[in-house]
Amino acid sequence: MRRPFEQIVAEYGPMVLRVCRAVLGPQDAEDAWSETFVSALKAYPDLPPDANVEAWLVTIAHRKSVDVTRAAARRPTPVETLPERPGVTGRPEDWDGDLWRALKALPARQRQAVAYHYLAGLPYKEIAALCGGSTDAARRAAADGIKTLRGTYPRLTDQSGVTR
Amino acid sequence: MTTASDPQAGRLFAALPTQDPPAMARLHERLVDQAQREGVLDVAYRTLDTPVGRLLLASTVQGLVKVAFAVQDHNAVLRRLADDVSPRILEAPARLDEASRQLEEYFAGRRTRFDLPLDWRLSKGFRREVLTHLREIGYGHTESYAEVAAAAGSPRAVRAVGTACATNPLPLVVPCHRVVRSDGSAGGYAGGPDAKLRLLAMERAA
Repeated sequence: MRRPFEQIVAEYGPMVLRVCRAVLGPQDAEDAWSETFVSALKAYPDLPPDANVEAWLVTIAHRKSVDVTRAAARRPTPVETLPERPGVTGRPEDWDGDLWRALKALPARQRQAVAYHYLAGLPYKEIAALCGGSTDAARRAAADGIKTLRGTYPRLTDQSGVTR
Repeated sequence: MTTASDPQAGRLFAALPTQDPPAMARLHERLVDQAQREGVLDVAYRTLDTPVGRLLLASTVQGLVKVAFAVQDHNAVLRRLADDVSPRILEAPARLDEASRQLEEYFAGRRTRFDLPLDWRLSKGFRREVLTHLREIGYGHTESYAEVAAAAGSPRAVRAVGTACATNPLPLVVPCHRVVRSDGSAGGYAGGPDAKLRLLAMERAA
């Protein structure tokens, strides 16, 4: 018994968008999300009913993110030449550019490990299977990534109102 | 959704919204478009508010495949469609524009028969024969279960006619509400007895 795909989109769509945004930034995230869900829709009837849908989607999103990154690298205007602060579009969904700048500065491996673990909740073992390397290496990549982010993105908990 | 080992680290991402409805609406629309274009949107659905409550309308590429009343539990209906037709189901109202328009005209008293491509795959055998015959019962008319059984060529299959009506996947469009008991009382209905009485009264008044 498989759930209608609409429910999969509603339940996991926001999580996959967060992961794509953290891995690719605001510009390419929506392309990766679209590619991920079209691909998932096609494969959905063959997904084993007891499969872990979250891990399945993150696996597809990972592959699509790699594709999108490669395509972006071939674009005539690389992202690096854009102004340091992205133009303000006034759209409410535009998320904090400071966070993306800090994430972008991380090695891809660390950015992926951080996103897949902290935003998708994937265990390090599965992240290792996805990105290559050992479980320990995945754990270290995530820890190093978080450590760097704490230094480069210092606003963190102070403004969340939770610790004060 | 975050099941990370270190909640402090998770808070680093507070600037990344966990829910972003405008972005999701945009992406959903894009997904529907792309799925249609690539021919992988097996079932499109929408809901429609009517005088007999909120209806679920679902369509394959062949045509309208399911009409369901709120009392039938739309989520349960969608789960059955996932099993019986395909789990590639998305809320995609555009494919149901014509069906919605005709149903709205019907409830406004401006339409007496439906002209829509239908996908009959959810009804088989004798039940389907019965339902095919029902389309010949005109607006504002009724037949008894026994009359329908006779018309379908099996005069003794009155109970089977009742089952065919009760399991009609396309109520309203295939007018099982026009089949009533021999004593003149309305009998059962997938949308509930009140909905049936309301439809019969509406058609009589027009």
